[in-house]
Amino acid sequence: MAAVRTRGEVLRNRLSIVALLVVTFLMLAPILWITATAFKPRSLATTVPPTVLFEPEVSSFVKLMVKRSQLREPATPEQMEAAPWWERLVLEGGEKVVRSGKGEVQLSGYPSRFMNSLIVATISTLLAVSMGTITAYGFSRFRVKGEQDWLFFILSTRMLPPVVVAIPMFLMYRAVGLNDTHIGLIILYTAFNLSFSVWLMKGFIDEIPKEYEDAALVDGYTRMQAFFKIVLPEAATGIAATAVFCFITAWNEYAFALIMTNRRAQTAPPFIPSQIGSGLPDWTVIAAGTVLFLLPVAIFTFLLRNHLLRGMSFGAIRK
Amino acid sequence: MATNTLASSPPVRSRGLSDLAIRNLFIIPTIVFLIVFNIFPLIYSLGYSFTDFRASVNEPVKFVGLENYRTLLSDEFIWRNFTITAKYVLISVTGQVVVGFGVAMLLNRPIPYKGLLTTLLLLPMMLSMAVVGLFWKLLYDPSFGIINYAFGLGTFEWLSDPNVALYAIALADIWMWAPFVMLLSLAGLSAVPKHLYEAAAIDRASPIYTFFRITLPLVAPILMIAIIFRTMEAFKTFDIAYILASQPTTEVISIRLYKMAFQEWQTGLSCAFAYIVLIMVLAITNIYVKYLNKVKER
Repeated sequence: MAAVRTRGEVLRNRLSIVALLVVTFLMLAPILWITATAFKPRSLATTVPPTVLFEPEVSSFVKLMVKRSQLREPATPEQMEAAPWWERLVLEGGEKVVRSGKGEVQLSGYPSRFMNSLIVATISTLLAVSMGTITAYGFSRFRVKGEQDWLFFILSTRMLPPVVVAIPMFLMYRAVGLNDTHIGLIILYTAFNLSFSVWLMKGFIDEIPKEYEDAALVDGYTRMQAFFKIVLPEAATGIAATAVFCFITAWNEYAFALIMTNRRAQTAPPFIPSQIGSGLPDWTVIAAGTVLFLLPVAIFTFLLRNHLLRGMSFGAIRK
Repeated sequence: MATNTLASSPPVRSRGLSDLAIRNLFIIPTIVFLIVFNIFPLIYSLGYSFTDFRASVNEPVKFVGLENYRTLLSDEFIWRNFTITAKYVLISVTGQVVVGFGVAMLLNRPIPYKGLLTTLLLLPMMLSMAVVGLFWKLLYDPSFGIINYAFGLGTFEWLSDPNVALYAIALADIWMWAPFVMLLSLAGLSAVPKHLYEAAAIDRASPIYTFFRITLPLVAPILMIAIIFRTMEAFKTFDIAYILASQPTTEVISIRLYKMAFQEWQTGLSCAFAYIVLIMVLAITNIYVKYLNKVKER
């Protein structure tokens, strides 16, 4: 093909690689900065000018997890001696760990919000993907009257602005007592992800040749058996990719969580920004919470890398 | 194909559930679920949009007819919210297309570690918008923020200057979603047949001519999908704008709606407002789906 490359072409190629590296650095810089902040000592987090080089420490992660209160005076050497290593990090920062009457360490608001996020995202993903898969199979394999209209209807439910849906949902949930419950949020996220999951799974199932099932049917399988034993295993990769997308969407969701939950079922996205609240925020702790929260998504992005295009275009573009 | 028609009507159909039963079993629950949790609430709020209902007080609800809609459409503040949103959509989508398409052009060549580089570039769009808003607040801080320091901007007020705040939010949004445009453009670019470029090279076409006559027209449909989708999403923006700034100049529609419904508790009025927004979103969705199907057919 283009075996002959002119000198200009080579130069252009080199220049674009340099430009790419610069762009990549700029794109990653915000994430690197927040990660760096999470590992800074509090005194270096908000210096003017910003501190770029520092000795990393994990005290912000300890502080993120436990309930703390301000110490009146610096901790005494005896106190320091008696405390385990992680508690010492808190004491050094001029704060002490709050304990219950029995001497148990009290946790901050973060771990429970993180768990709520995990519970709500996991259960809603399981529901959305299982319902989405069978519905996609139904649309893919059987004749449905007005198929395009139904699919448009399904997609349009996903396109609604969250606040628009949240107003009536808030009133209805209040009437039946579902406000600030896990179930309430799970239902909302399932509904939100279901349409996405139908669209994406339909693409994956459309790609599985019909002949596989037909052969199985001839061999005496029932349609159900063919679905469970032939189609599902064939669609496994697609199901996994869809699940990860649904999980990330639910994990990241903010508006519904802000409106529908306030304590018991609150997830991490509305909680993390609320920490800024009043007074001088401890940015190292906020950064630590942010980094822990973003980490699963970063890992999932790498696992999903070959399906990103498909997922982001609702299965329309497959490459 | 002949075997296909034969096989698609298998001889025995009496075992297990009939295809019709399975189809209904597989499809109807989803449709019902979506109707109950998406459409029913909307019907419910349509009813409230004709009343003066306030969810915060326990007063009898009065039917006011089209009054709410009349109030909204003649309220100049609401129009300001629409103008702000339109401006925001324009800045942020344009920025995303320019950056995203530009980076895709750079990436569309054989380079070492291309896969890794692409994945790294795509990371921002997978993150939570609320959390992104939060840490851009740290980056934008006038005194200790890294942006002012890195670009030597002194104590430039990104978020508290009402004239700048909207641009600052759009910039964070561009950072987050340019990767999306890049991802779709990359798919479009890699689908352009190589022989077209070779033919252009033989004809000694200039790079600019090649770009406008070959690259752009062939990538346009996919790029269009990216643009419509981002327009729709930018139109709905809530998280990032709500967290980053609380200026009157950054009050996009969703924020106004949120405040109206959950801070001022004008429930009836906000239901009417939500309906106006809903109709606009459905219109854009319709265009989007038409385009999706068009590209799918190719």
